[in-house]
Amino acid sequence: MTDAFIYDAIRTPRGRGKKSGSLHEIKPISLLNGLLDELQSRNPDLAPNEVDDVVLGVVSPVGDQGADIARTAVLAAGFGEQVAGVQLNRFCGSGLEAVNQASARVKSGWEDLIVAGGVESMSRVPMASDGGAWAMDPATALATDFVPQGIGADLIATLEGFSREDVDAFAAESQARAAKAIANGYFANSVIPVRDQNGMLVLDHDEFVREGTTVESLSALGPSFAQIGDFGGFDAVALEKYHTVEKINHVHHAGNSSGIVDGAGLVLIGNENAGERHGLKPRARVVSTAVIGSEPTIMLTGPGPACHKALKKAGLTIEDIDLVEINEAFAAVAMKLMRDLGDYPHEQTNVNGGAIAMGHPLGATGAMILGTLVDELERREKRYGMATLCIGGGMGIATIVERI
Amino acid sequence: MSEAVRYEVEGGIVNLVIDDPSQNANTMNQAYSDSMAKAVDRLVQEIADDADAIKGVIVSSAKKTFFAGGDLKLMTQATPADAQALFDNVEGIKATLRRLETCGKPVVAAINGAALGGGLEIALACHRRIAVEGRYEIGLPEVTLGLLPGGGGVTRTVRMFGLQDALMNVLLQGPRMKPAVAQSKGLVDEVVGSQDELLPAAKAWIESVQGDEEAATQPWDRKGYRMPGGTPSSPKLAQFLPAFPSNLRKQLKGAPYQAPRNIMSAAVEGAQVDFDTASRIESRYLVELLVGQQFKNMTQAFFFDLSSINAGGSRPEGVEPRKFTKVAVLGAGMMGAGIAYVSAKVGMEVVLKDISLEAAEKGKAYSEKLLAKQVDKGRMTQDKADEFLARIHPSDDYADLEGCDLVVEAVFESVDLKHQVFGDLQDVVKPDALLGSNTSTLPITSLAEGVKRPEDFIGIHFFSPVDKMPLVEIIAGEKTSDASIAGALDYVQQIKKTPIVVNDSRGFFTSRVIGTFVNEGIGMLAEGVHPVSIERATTQAGFPAPVLQLTDELNMELMVKIRNESKAAVEAEGGTWEPAPAEAIIDRMIELGRPSRLKGAGFYEYADGKRTGLWSGLTEEFPVAEEQPDFEDLKERLTFIMSLETIKCLEEGVLRTVPDANIGSIFGIGFPALHGGAIQYVNGYPAADGSIGIEAFTRRAQELAQTYGDRFEPPALLLEKAKNGEKIS
Repeated sequence: MTDAFIYDAIRTPRGRGKKSGSLHEIKPISLLNGLLDELQSRNPDLAPNEVDDVVLGVVSPVGDQGADIARTAVLAAGFGEQVAGVQLNRFCGSGLEAVNQASARVKSGWEDLIVAGGVESMSRVPMASDGGAWAMDPATALATDFVPQGIGADLIATLEGFSREDVDAFAAESQARAAKAIANGYFANSVIPVRDQNGMLVLDHDEFVREGTTVESLSALGPSFAQIGDFGGFDAVALEKYHTVEKINHVHHAGNSSGIVDGAGLVLIGNENAGERHGLKPRARVVSTAVIGSEPTIMLTGPGPACHKALKKAGLTIEDIDLVEINEAFAAVAMKLMRDLGDYPHEQTNVNGGAIAMGHPLGATGAMILGTLVDELERREKRYGMATLCIGGGMGIATIVERI
Repeated sequence: MSEAVRYEVEGGIVNLVIDDPSQNANTMNQAYSDSMAKAVDRLVQEIADDADAIKGVIVSSAKKTFFAGGDLKLMTQATPADAQALFDNVEGIKATLRRLETCGKPVVAAINGAALGGGLEIALACHRRIAVEGRYEIGLPEVTLGLLPGGGGVTRTVRMFGLQDALMNVLLQGPRMKPAVAQSKGLVDEVVGSQDELLPAAKAWIESVQGDEEAATQPWDRKGYRMPGGTPSSPKLAQFLPAFPSNLRKQLKGAPYQAPRNIMSAAVEGAQVDFDTASRIESRYLVELLVGQQFKNMTQAFFFDLSSINAGGSRPEGVEPRKFTKVAVLGAGMMGAGIAYVSAKVGMEVVLKDISLEAAEKGKAYSEKLLAKQVDKGRMTQDKADEFLARIHPSDDYADLEGCDLVVEAVFESVDLKHQVFGDLQDVVKPDALLGSNTSTLPITSLAEGVKRPEDFIGIHFFSPVDKMPLVEIIAGEKTSDASIAGALDYVQQIKKTPIVVNDSRGFFTSRVIGTFVNEGIGMLAEGVHPVSIERATTQAGFPAPVLQLTDELNMELMVKIRNESKAAVEAEGGTWEPAPAEAIIDRMIELGRPSRLKGAGFYEYADGKRTGLWSGLTEEFPVAEEQPDFEDLKERLTFIMSLETIKCLEEGVLRTVPDANIGSIFGIGFPALHGGAIQYVNGYPAADGSIGIEAFTRRAQELAQTYGDRFEPPALLLEKAKNGEKIS
């Protein structure tokens, strides 16, 4: 079987996901266009009309980012009408799901070159804009124990014994690492500034980061999910199942959960042949991928099992993994993953910060953290890296790559 | 035979008079459905023939009540195989009502008496509802019988009030409202003062809206109709919608009540589609409940058993009804104070006697407090409250008991003390006064030995808090006469509570059975079950309060007292006391100084009288075992142990009737209502494999006995009934 290689990985900076955010005025299609253009200009021998497919994750695929935005982006970016496009949704895992599906298709030999990634303009299309039976249909919610993911995150912290100070310390460290990485230019090769139609700069850096965040400064923030847990009845639903827990310790808040932001990310994946034909240099090989389902009410415990599955498929052990990137949906999720991986060192996890500091543009994040992982493997000259995300509805996804 | 719905015309106004010739109340039976369809067909035809000839339509009843709702006897026979037929039948009844509300003429319901369930649903299909002022009830109480208002009640109230208000005010709790309250909630448009004004008011309205097309159209059939509060697709409502089901589960404490779930689902799903589609969705959710077991359980208890009790099912025949006017309440503690309150509430004079006047006054102050609250909330005038209070006479003197025709003694649980009290009062009160004791455990027969008239001596066992708990357990001693039983039942009826009658035995029925429940729950702690799991198992099984929390309320020191008396009694009879595993835990808790909520420390911690959480030392004192039992087992141990003990009470003749067992267990000791009571649970037990009934219950009991001990072995009566495939009846 042929290998799937990562030839390039780029992303937009992440803009604050509200009206005052720098990218609010930039349509999601424009975020994609900028990256698709950049892919062509930095890979001058790439013949875009020979790309087989563009696979993009979007989690709220309605309005500005609805109606198979991947195909629209192909046309708008002038890749050529022969290039197909598909939008997929595996919630927060969508960006990595796009990478994994593209890799599998390339590896099968049925396709040669695919652009994978995702986009989410959370300032323009708010989370949950697309409804869905799990949250909105009482019969389904009652039968399958729906609670919002923040309740699950707090329940993880409660079960694992993570205190408010513990999760805040993790969050402060994420901020410090991100600030340092930005200052040292670790993202410079991958973050493509967003420009308007005149070429004028709109945003060239991750603007969500709050340098100087400390446990003390975070301590002023009130818990985000205590109220819906109580008055919304969601704590009661979760505790029906987790019947040894007397009450949920609501430790998560805006400062130790992932930020709401706008952004897009792309990864160029192809076989060896395609690389040669298009003058591309392979940066990493996709070693294995995995997706799993986990208990849906606590919802966010999927990364551990997904990582173990990917390791097994790769024939590797956790000791082989030099770096781990986990989406920091909530501090407790990342902390639990390290515990689930046999107390995997924090020093090798999210070494350049994560979504708590930089934000989590839902459909794009998986592609973004995979790019960050490849960049850092190269910078450190390390071999194996693993990217993973927790996923709504109780799922987990993971990808292992080997630097070339 | 004449029609169940008569078609009468006068002055261009059609009156559809519902008057089932075969029954004294109208129900949604075949006669109604055929007759109503025929009448509405004729109406529609006559409008088509000559629209100007008809001004409007009145729907009225010729019975004392408006309409009683569904035919429960018939409905409880339904099995899953009947689903399609039930659906077709319901859809047929609803199609008739839909034709009525879209006939193009103004239709008004003239509500002359109780309009519950199906009755109100007929009225909701009219464009206006006018009700007579009165003491009868209006509402959609289906949920309390494990049903949903499937005759258009869900679909129409959601369109009238919006999802949130329809669910909260009408559907999920199923409140029964007096006409004025129904009007304030918007279920009724107009209330008239007397029956004579009803039809004229209906006619006047029809005359007043001639030519007004809107008046002849339901809001949801008008152009531009918008659902109040928005539909689920509107962002305003969508934001809160996910919390609807979770809050429902929170309110139900995780107990698997099916009806409210189906009601909420039918309401939300129906709000997203057109009226006719919504109506079909509603029918499907109704049918699911009809063919299920919970509806049968709850209807058995809350309709059939309760009706049997209220109709005097346990009252000895041939005894003249008795009305008590002056009651002596001995002991002004919490129970005595409550008994004084509920007696004075219905107009009885009450002498509240304690050792000191101060103690008696304190007992009266309890009523003062309750009344002040009602005055504050505007539910009672100060004058009425003053009159009420004036009926309670605190006293420290037996001489004040002169003229009392009823005694309810509520002093400490001591045979000697009670003997002394009755000795002191028996010659002061009226010579034929009924002598009642509110003991919860002491045998009535032995207490009766202290009086000259043991045939007039009886147990009248109230539950705490007296003003809230609906049940009274009447205990007949060996010598208690039928006349005294009848008298005690009359008193309970007078104070508007629900009586059950049991024969004398230690702990009677309720205390004995709740004892097995508490022991089972505490016993789990001894086994190393996680304490939070024990509490959750209790509420998820459907009990109103978690078992350890309840134990704190019941007070472990009292439990030990009762245990010691029982133990002494067993040993006095030459038997051997076999301690339950719970006893060691209870003794240890007392040793640790954590006996009760009263003492501010028990299985829970308390601060300023408020429960703050489980005692932090609990799992250290009673370590959690590494391996935890199946959670379903925990729940079923609690329900099974109560049902098995209840069967023994029937076997031993402590219980006299199955309705008493079912209602007593639900109203008195919190047996999960969704099972329809401790015996209905046995008769309708749904096994994991889908089989239903007494044999399935027996097999499961044997299974539990194998895993958890002999106390789950089926008693002889159960084995016999299971063998013969008979219900316990």
